[in-house]
Amino acid sequence: MDFNFMSASIPLYIKAAKMTLDLAVWGILSSLIIGFICALIGYYKIKILDKIVRIYIELSRNTPLLIQLFFLYYGLAKLGIKLEAYTCAILGLAFLGGSYMSEAFRAGLEAVSKIQIESGLSIGLTRWQLTRYIILPQAFAVAVPALGANAIFLLKETSVVSAIALADLMFVAKDLIGMYYKTTEALVLLVLAYLILLLPISIFLTYIERRVRHAGVGN
Amino acid sequence: MQAWGISVLFEGQNLFRLVDGLSVSIRIAAVSIAFSAVFGILLGVLMTSRYRLIRYICRFYLEAIRIIPTLVWLFLFYFSLTKILHFHLSAEFASDIVFSLWGTAEMGDLVRGAITSMPKHQMDSGFAIGLTKLQVYRYIVIPQALRRLIPSAINLATRMIKTTSLVVLIGVVEVLKVGQQIIEVSILKTPTASFWVYGCIFFLYFIICYPVSLFSKKLETKWQQ
Repeated sequence: MDFNFMSASIPLYIKAAKMTLDLAVWGILSSLIIGFICALIGYYKIKILDKIVRIYIELSRNTPLLIQLFFLYYGLAKLGIKLEAYTCAILGLAFLGGSYMSEAFRAGLEAVSKIQIESGLSIGLTRWQLTRYIILPQAFAVAVPALGANAIFLLKETSVVSAIALADLMFVAKDLIGMYYKTTEALVLLVLAYLILLLPISIFLTYIERRVRHAGVGN
Repeated sequence: MQAWGISVLFEGQNLFRLVDGLSVSIRIAAVSIAFSAVFGILLGVLMTSRYRLIRYICRFYLEAIRIIPTLVWLFLFYFSLTKILHFHLSAEFASDIVFSLWGTAEMGDLVRGAITSMPKHQMDSGFAIGLTKLQVYRYIVIPQALRRLIPSAINLATRMIKTTSLVVLIGVVEVLKVGQQIIEVSILKTPTASFWVYGCIFFLYFIICYPVSLFSKKLETKWQQ
């Protein structure tokens, strides 16, 4: 292995890692928001909207991100909707992640036992107070491990965006292989970069998961 | 012009070619699902082993596979491993290996979950009424574990089908590649071809995965009693 080459390439990887993280952060944040809204719509069975949410979730969960990105980036462009690759990537991640986050929130909401809700109503809480003080805190605690797993999943999924020419980690590795034929060096650095990004998050989540394991109340 | 763009799908053998391309992804998925089912069960049983060392090794395998994106694994096997070991792997065969390894890890974790989530009193009761160890597994543990396992295993299968779309990035000619070829041929005649072709591929995946996930959800609610 050519260590000089590797150390010379590190700055490229740092720059690319920033791109990967940038996409992941925006993708995760927007999918959390989408997921939260969709889960509430489904939970309270708001008319018509819940049908739309259902369709969205099934479409998003049963198609691969790569195809979604190709459709957004290359397909829509021909209809006059020209989006930047960066926007497409975040839209794609949000579209994909939104449904996963929604299912996680939904499971949390459904884990709140009926007794909790009835007790809340019987002490005279309004619908809003009930949601704010009883349902959401418990649902959130139950949902945290799944939300975290989804976040890691989305961070890993960003590796696909190089296919629409975004300069993320995968893209840099491919570039180095193409230009210098330093396959092993480029890929070892790639693996290290992903490990540095993902390991701390994964360990942190294991810790969080242990803390919220006893989140369920009144069961 | 735009209204007629969809005709690109029905020109010549285009639709047939797309489905043919999809069958390549499905073939890779089928091979790796079959391997993962067998080795995943083995791995899952090993993960509940009494010996700490075996458990640690299995755990390490699982976490190592999981923490690295599948696309990176594909690159490692197709580009790097072949270069180090000086032999050639076809892109499709490399995909088979990577998806089998990945599926085995995920399936192993599901199997482990299904076994460990079994209440301990189930086995104890079995022994108490005088069943042998084999009988306890045959009549008590395995039937219950299967009910927990099968819905999530089917879910994993749809995930694997979706993820095989990545193989185009190491040069397997599958549905996306065929789509690109069709678009390139018809780009002058039908400028909107990419919209229709990629849209079609999107729905092809949906048509395959949706019934499967629906089936898994049905089993889950049915067996949750």
